[in-house]
Amino acid sequence: MIVRAQVWWTILQMCIAERLAYRGDFILGTTMRFLPIVTQIFLWTAVFASAQSDQMAGYSRNDVVAYYLLTMVARAFSSMPGLASGIATQIRDGQIKKFLIQPIDLIGFSLLARIGHKLVYYAIAIGPFAAVFYLCRGFFPGWPAGEVTAAFVASLVLSFLLGFFLESSLGLAGFWTLEISSLLFVYMLFNFFFSGHMFPLDIVPDPWRTAIEYLPLKYLAYFPAAIFLGKVPENRLWLEVGVEAAWVAFFIVLCRWLMHRGFNRYSGFGG
Amino acid sequence: MAVIEIRSLKKSYRVYQKQEGLAASLKSLFHRQYRDVHAVRGIDLDVHKGEFVAFLGPNGAGKTTTLKLLSGVITPTSGTAHVLGFVPWERENQYRRRFALVMGQKNQLWWDLPAQESFQLHQKIYCIEPGAFQRTKDELVDLLGVGALLGRPVRELSLGERMKMELIAALLHSPEVLFLDEPTIGLDVVAQHNIQKFLKHYQQLRGITILLTSHYMKDVAALCKRVVIIAGGRIVHDGSLAAVIDRFSDYKVLTLQFADEQMPADLARFGEVLEVAAPRARIQVDRTEISRVLSAILSNYAIHDVSVEDPPLEEVIASVFAMSASPAQPGDAQAEHAADVAASAAK
Repeated sequence: MIVRAQVWWTILQMCIAERLAYRGDFILGTTMRFLPIVTQIFLWTAVFASAQSDQMAGYSRNDVVAYYLLTMVARAFSSMPGLASGIATQIRDGQIKKFLIQPIDLIGFSLLARIGHKLVYYAIAIGPFAAVFYLCRGFFPGWPAGEVTAAFVASLVLSFLLGFFLESSLGLAGFWTLEISSLLFVYMLFNFFFSGHMFPLDIVPDPWRTAIEYLPLKYLAYFPAAIFLGKVPENRLWLEVGVEAAWVAFFIVLCRWLMHRGFNRYSGFGG
Repeated sequence: MAVIEIRSLKKSYRVYQKQEGLAASLKSLFHRQYRDVHAVRGIDLDVHKGEFVAFLGPNGAGKTTTLKLLSGVITPTSGTAHVLGFVPWERENQYRRRFALVMGQKNQLWWDLPAQESFQLHQKIYCIEPGAFQRTKDELVDLLGVGALLGRPVRELSLGERMKMELIAALLHSPEVLFLDEPTIGLDVVAQHNIQKFLKHYQQLRGITILLTSHYMKDVAALCKRVVIIAGGRIVHDGSLAAVIDRFSDYKVLTLQFADEQMPADLARFGEVLEVAAPRARIQVDRTEISRVLSAILSNYAIHDVSVEDPPLEEVIASVFAMSASPAQPGDAQAEHAADVAASAAK
């Protein structure tokens, strides 16, 4: 166990070092991620002004801005830029071979690599994040109770795991299709609408709302924000977190199964 | 007991046959044609501990496929193989800690980080004891003369320097079996020579078993006593390098240095004249005729110098390849027939 922990620690250190290799790209990518939230604030301010109403599907303007800021936090955990396409590229160009030859697990390695990248991102982004939240503190109803905060934190950690295993599963589809860009495009489209990234899912009418409830995507953005804003009833709080955990477990199993089957059908492309 | 045991190993791929043109592309959306490519058609091979075996064959012959099967990268269609007692495609960690695969065209080091960081990762994933790791690393770095490059990002290394680092990474865990897939591809003559020298020294030092594929005959001649020629997915020769020439070459090259004014005008009666630059001449002579021709020349002309040589190795191997599979279509009937011809020529 200690040996395994040392391997993980070394991989984590290397992933952090690798992430810092291209400073310019990293700093630009980190700071520019705050721009969309500014445009969202202006957009929804305009929407409420034109609607000449303080409320929209149970959301005030302040609620909506707070919601977007919180989904930004959730997406900082759940979004996995380049993960699925990276795995598919490794399959196509043959780089995946090293995970077949060396005594190292592809999924475990990728997870550590992603944790390393996220840690570096959080270390740099925490300053701008704190500044944005401080400047926008007026939009928030206040800090939630301890149990709700705990559920919020748990939902963020689970959203990271869900995003990782879901996108890894998509990447592993590359063992069958080699090219997954269209699959990813469809996924990103669904993700954009059904994760709550585009708008709060409460405003979606039935039967769509019910359908979205049965998808795992809402846990990637909407769910942590909804917990923080008190949109999830307290008596259902941990049940919902449990459902999110069940989705994570499902995608862990799916990911492992795809990897196992994929390795067995792999043709060793790329020389 | 053999370190590598292969019995009736076969690997076939189903590949999409893309027709030319836009209409065919549109048609392929609804109906696709596939073809079975038989990359390996039933190989039997034993390799013993400490052997350095060359795997030769034209492009598409099945060399790299065999190495991929033995390293567990791919799973066979049928047949069995055991390396160090393990079935490679079961990918047990115990097995993966005892062999290494180096591919000349593939980089396994971290591209943006110095090689020494990849080495440290290897130390952890292969569970190498720190003292042994340091000793092995120092030894390999010293042998390959790359001490000054350890801190430089891999992307900034030359191809030859990178290959040296790849070899170090592959050997850090002291593998008992090493698979080398064209390790000198793209390298200049000096870098090729350095890698050859290192491999020869290391193999003698450690007594490890090495299977090498290469298109450079100098690699093969310098390193391997045993040569396995594979063509069209079948083994057509398994023996020494000298035996390749004996089996597949039916002539020798006679070089003669005549005394002044003694050079005959009708050299062609002795064999095919390759070169004449009086008083020197080179003639290609049938192997069965060599003693008769030599005796006739020596008894009739004044000769200052004479040598009898085998044809260049590249030439012999090229003729074996020419008899065997077509590189473009290793799965087709023509290739299969050609491989059969080459196989029977070897018998």
